[in-house]
Parts: sequence; C-alpha cells; structure tokens
Amino acid sequence: MIKILRIIKAGFISFKRSGTISFASVLIMTVTLSVVTSIILLQASLNFSLNQIKEKVDITIYFTVKAPESQILSLKDSISKLPEVQSATYVSAEESLALFRARHSGDYATIAALDEINENPLGGYLNIKANDVSQYESLAETMKADNGLVSGADNIIDKINYHDNKVVIDRLNSIISGAQKLGVLVTLILIIISVIITLNTIRLAIFISKEEIGVMRLVGASRNAVRGPFMVEGLIYGVVATFITSLLFIPASIWMGNNMTGFLGLNLKDYYLSNFVQIFVLIGLFGMILGIISSFLAIGRYLNK
Amino acid sequence: MIYFNNVSKFYDEESPALEEINLTVNAGEFVSIVGHSGAGKTTLVKMILAEESPTHGEIFFESVNVHHLKDANLTKLRRRIGTVFQDFKLLNNKTAFENIAFAMEAVGKTDEEIKSDVPHVLELVDLSKKSHHFPRQMSGGEQQRLAIARAIINQPELIIADEPTGNLDPVNTYEIVQILKKINDLGTTVILTTHNRGVVESVGKRVITLEKGKIVRDDKNGKYVI
Repeated sequence: MIKILRIIKAGFISFKRSGTISFASVLIMTVTLSVVTSIILLQASLNFSLNQIKEKVDITIYFTVKAPESQILSLKDSISKLPEVQSATYVSAEESLALFRARHSGDYATIAALDEINENPLGGYLNIKANDVSQYESLAETMKADNGLVSGADNIIDKINYHDNKVVIDRLNSIISGAQKLGVLVTLILIIISVIITLNTIRLAIFISKEEIGVMRLVGASRNAVRGPFMVEGLIYGVVATFITSLLFIPASIWMGNNMTGFLGLNLKDYYLSNFVQIFVLIGLFGMILGIISSFLAIGRYLNK
Repeated sequence: MIYFNNVSKFYDEESPALEEINLTVNAGEFVSIVGHSGAGKTTLVKMILAEESPTHGEIFFESVNVHHLKDANLTKLRRRIGTVFQDFKLLNNKTAFENIAFAMEAVGKTDEEIKSDVPHVLELVDLSKKSHHFPRQMSGGEQQRLAIARAIINQPELIIADEPTGNLDPVNTYEIVQILKKINDLGTTVILTTHNRGVVESVGKRVITLEKGKIVRDDKNGKYVI
C-alpha cells in the first residue's frame, strides 16, 4: 500500500515539475480527446439524419373498398405483433376520403368528380413502419402471401406499395449502411492517428527521462517502482486533458447549436449538454487508458538495464 | 567478495574492451583501478553491476554469477552496491533529500526511517543546508557529495566509484577521496576507477593497472605506474 502511495505521489510531483513536457503532453492529449469528442458529435448528427430518413420510409397496405373493417383491424393487430414491426397505423376509408378531399381542396374538377360518384371510391389503408429499413422486403412478402395472420387476408388487400418504392428503399438502405460503414472507418482512422501522435509524444517525454530511468534501476529500484510514476503521469495527462476538452466543447457546442442546427439537423448544444456526463466519462476513460498504456509501452525499452 | 574468472569483452572483433581478466577483490579492500581513457576501467565496473555482459568468462559477487541473475534478483544485488559516477547520475527532478530518499524507498524503508536517516547522511557529507535544492542548483563538488550520500545511505557492502573526481577541482577531489577512505575505514569495500595520480597516491592502497583491456600490474602498495 505504501509503495502505491509513493508511486502516486511521485507521479504527481513529476507532473508538476516537468512543466513544459507535461504541458506539451496534455496539449497533444487534448487534441486527441477533441478529435474523439468531435467524432462522437458527428456520429450523433449522422445517426440523427439517418434516423430522420428512416422515419420517412414505410409501406402501405391498401385494402379493397368492400373490405370489412373488423377483418382489417384484426390484421392490424396481428401485424403489430410481428417482431420487425415498429408501428402499424390504420386509416379508415372515411378518413382516407377526408384526407383526399383536404389534399385536393383547390382542385374543383376532382372534387366535382368525387361528388358525382356519390359514394366513397377509396378503401382504408395501413401504414407500417419496420424497426429497420432492411426488414421491409420480408415484411412485404409476409403480407403478400396468405400467411395465416388473418384468414382470407389476401382477399381484402388491394395492393401493397412496397414494390413501387422498392428501388428507392433499396437505394436508401445501401446509402444508410454505406454511410454507417464510412463513419466507422473514418472514426477508426482518426482515432488511430490521434493515438499514434499521443503515443509518440509520451514516448518523447519518457525518452527525455531515459537517463533517470537508468539511474533509478542502478540504485536498485524495481521495474514497477520506476514504471509506476510514469504511468501515473500518463493518467494525469488523460484526466487534465479530459477536463480541458469537456470545458472547451461547451462554448463550441453552443456555437454549433446556434449556427449549424439547420445544416446538421441536430442541435449539438442540446445533445452535448444533455449527454455531458456520458461523454465526459467516455473521453475520460479513453484519455486515461491511452495515457497509461502509452507510458507503459514507452518506458519498457528503457527498463531492460 | 568479487571474482572475475577469465573475463573478456568484445564490442567489435578487432579491439577487445577487456581481455582475459582474472581478478579477486576481498571484502573490506580499497581497490583503485587505473588506466588511460579506453583502457577498460568503466567496462570492468559496469560488469559488476550487470550493466554490461561479458563476451566470455564469469563474474561472481560472493558465490553468485551476476550475469545469471533474473531481473528481481539483479535488483536485489544492486541494492547491496552503492555507485558513484563522474557525471553524478543524480535524479534532476528531485531535491537532494528526495534523491537519497528514493534509494531508501527502493529498498523498502519506511517514511519514518527516511525522515530520520536522510538528514543524518546529508550532514555527513556537509549538505544539510542544501536538502531542498535540486542538483542543478548545486556545484559539481556538492553534487558528487550528494551522489556519495545516496550511495552509502543503505549501508551497502560495496561502493563502486567510477571516476568520481573526473569533473572536480583539487579541493573537491580531496574531499571526495577523504569521504571514500572514511567509508572504507568503516568496513565497506570500495572499488575506485581513476586516472588521477594524486588520488591514487593519497589513498595508498591496492592499485590495479589496466592497459588495452588487460591487467598489467596489481600492486598492494598504491603506486600509479603507467
């Protein structure tokens, strides 16, 4: 226990006394954590936009004019229970007609033709949203077949618009999955670059101390006694950089919230402030682990003598 | 105490740093190793500390072959040896007090022991007033006295002083030699490497002369002959 306390104390003292080196290391770590935080915010914007697009995708089942409502509602209940279905909204024939009239209120010819018929030519329909865009195809196939959800369901279904929208849905699906893959790739590349830069900065900081490491070993200090304070210093770099980064992103996110919400779709100020604790913990853990591991790796080669 | 058995060291094939060294140092001895620069003095003492490995031969500290030691045991061996170097090798980010305390922490001394022993040894080397100074705030002589204080704090069985007076003026050189003699008088074995004739003759004890990596003289009466 006393050894651990000594190691922690030595790490703090060394951090304080190695002014310029500590400053440089914290600065680089802050840049790294800023990259990570930016990636978190960009991913949030990307996911928000993708979800917005996904929200706009659905399939509609149009029912025949004569379809009995009880059968339609029974089908709706069965569909709602399917695991891939997020929601199923029923619009009755009457509501459908009212919506049609409202939509064409300025189109006198259409309204006059409708009045001429003197009966509702429109059937009801069911709007179905799946949990994921990729599930629409299987859902449409399920609807098309006489699947036993409700007996005689294929008799009341007029048409399902999935196949009309298939090309658009497929393209959207591939754009979404491509954007997500690209996001992961860009994230990985940026994080790897940042980690390499941080690792090298800490290596440089430890390289400056290589003589001292040799002296410590010569006076009989164990590997852990030599390595420990450097790892504590690495951890301190991470903690200090986390505080600086978190605070820097408050005004930055406010600015982005005020000026870029229209462009990004997501208000980054609200997102950042409402997820502040989670982001703080995430970048804090990342920074501390990066600092400790970088120090651990960098010091290894000087401990052999 | 220390036994070199047919030790050779080659950094390259043409010029050996050390060649067929057979040497015994007994407990309590004060041995001066002299020779020109490049004669192999530093290589020889580095081998006792296992900082360098021999190309051939063996080096024993008591009955232990130092180059067969695993890391943990090597650390324990080094705790039994105090070292003093020409370039002092102090920890520049630590004060005089902390430099000595570090050596005590390395052997597991308690905070109470550190607080009581460090002022004592600083007083012994006349550095009480410099306790909270960093090495860069001290003169060469003071830094070397601090290095000696660090070397003796754990009461080692052996002190290795590698050219300890190389960077010092005659007054400081004299002081350092007197301290080393006093340490030896108290029973600690001392191995001193130097090319300073005055130092060797003021010590007046066993002198080993190295030339091109070979022992060419081993006198018991402290003569500097090159």
